[in-house]
Amino acid sequence: MSAIELGVTGGVSEIQLRGLFKSFRGPHGPIQAVRGIDVDIARSQTVALLGPNGAGKSTTIDMLLGLLAPDDGTVSIFGRSPSQAIADGAVGAMLQTGDLIRDLSVRELITMMAALYPAPLGVEEVLELTGAGEFAAQRTQKLSGGQTQRVRFAVALVSNPELLVLDEPTVAMDVEGRRAFWTTMRDFAARGRTILFATHYLEEADVYADRAVLMANGRIVADGPTTEIKAMVGLRTIRATLPDVDADKLAALPGVASAERRGEAIVLACSDSDAAIRALLAAHPDARDVEISSAGLEEAFLLLTGDEDEASLAGSAPTAQR
Amino acid sequence: MSALAYTRYELLRTFRNRRFFVLSFGFPLVLYFLIAGPNRNVHDLSGSGISAPLYFMVGLASFGMMSSMLSCGARIATERAAGWNRQLRITPLSPRTYFRAKVLTAYAMAIVSVLALFAAGASLGVSLPAGQWLKMAGLMLVGLVPFAALGIWVGHLLTPDSIGPAIGGGVSLLAFLGGTWFPLGNHGFIHDLAQYLPSYWLVQASHVALGGRPWPAMAWIVIAAWTTVLSLLAIRAYRRDTGRM
Repeated sequence: MSAIELGVTGGVSEIQLRGLFKSFRGPHGPIQAVRGIDVDIARSQTVALLGPNGAGKSTTIDMLLGLLAPDDGTVSIFGRSPSQAIADGAVGAMLQTGDLIRDLSVRELITMMAALYPAPLGVEEVLELTGAGEFAAQRTQKLSGGQTQRVRFAVALVSNPELLVLDEPTVAMDVEGRRAFWTTMRDFAARGRTILFATHYLEEADVYADRAVLMANGRIVADGPTTEIKAMVGLRTIRATLPDVDADKLAALPGVASAERRGEAIVLACSDSDAAIRALLAAHPDARDVEISSAGLEEAFLLLTGDEDEASLAGSAPTAQR
Repeated sequence: MSALAYTRYELLRTFRNRRFFVLSFGFPLVLYFLIAGPNRNVHDLSGSGISAPLYFMVGLASFGMMSSMLSCGARIATERAAGWNRQLRITPLSPRTYFRAKVLTAYAMAIVSVLALFAAGASLGVSLPAGQWLKMAGLMLVGLVPFAALGIWVGHLLTPDSIGPAIGGGVSLLAFLGGTWFPLGNHGFIHDLAQYLPSYWLVQASHVALGGRPWPAMAWIVIAAWTTVLSLLAIRAYRRDTGRM
């Protein structure tokens, strides 16, 4: 497999995705959304499924939840099939898209959903945890986008699941909602629950997950502790106005991976931006308009996955195969 | 785990949707007064042996109930489009509980519809012994079973855009062929075709007033056959319906 295994995940793997494949019919022939992935998740782990849009994250989650039948491969959740685990109330999930049903108050909706589970959390507790208590008496059709997201999170949480699955949970949330969301997630993880969330924000994976699984083009390109993943994809770019200096000379500075001239400006892709900025300013004190920015995840993935030569990436993996 | 709580909230939110609720039985009510009002003194409508107010009462109650049943199906399409159906699939809610809640909700609407029409009929002079009212209502509720399945089937098959015309057209056609608007006579192609439709037997419930057996064996067979086929289709559509819309 082309996946790089970074580090070793401890514990018994309770959730297993084995050899999953899924393709869809597209206008120009089949689209291979997921092309052979294997993931093992131990109990009590918080795992981020990280990747740019179109990487196959949602398809993978749909297969994990049994909403989509894989073309090939198997899914096991705590030793059970997805449908059995769901029937047992062991799984709670917040899907990427979705609205609420109308004509119920927020409190009534959560109460209705809680009634479907064998051991739900208290409705008031969940309203409190998710910050939905402030508008618990509102009808669901009158909520703002951010409020709707909180209620959707409350719906997932009230099930009090062993495994909580969240697909891009913070995308439509406001800043306040996002903060409340992650605080709640931390509390929930602290209860020893297993959490899998999909995101395309490196920061979210870095701060809130124990481990990140990187997906691109339907494959897993890296899998390991978030610190190592961050080192791999957390590339920074320095941009500055600096005429009359040869790009090759700049590329030789410490911490700089490559340099490119764009008119008066230079763009340095850095493996260590701290070292690079010191060296740059020491060597060229006349550099102006300096900006340091994180490369977007898409850019990082382009660098990581290179052309189509994924074998070379596997060869440069920073840690050993499992 | 309480299936009852789920059903209770489904009912609650149906009755809270006032526009849906009022339109569902208000429209047949208005039509009834428009059609039966001018004919209130016709005691033998087109040789059917049944008075115009009674015939149209049952006819428009059938129309209203069919609409109610199928509109509840239309709500499923809306819930699917909102992604709510997928949210329910990742809960322990069993298909049995889900179907039961949907059917009960549809029946609750249909019962309101039939009561409103019966009250309107009484106001135009329809007068029957209590037993006959009950028998008539009972037969109509049995005749509605295939429509409950039909509503769930199309709800899981069509999009909210296409379901409006499908239901509007479908109910109009079934109502016409069932004899809702006027008696179909005792012979001819339409009469022969109508024998095989559940909507025909809904309207025939008005024959209760003539005494004897209002529904022949044929009626029970037609209703049972449609119920079986449509239920199987509904279950199949529900099972397949787990993708993103």
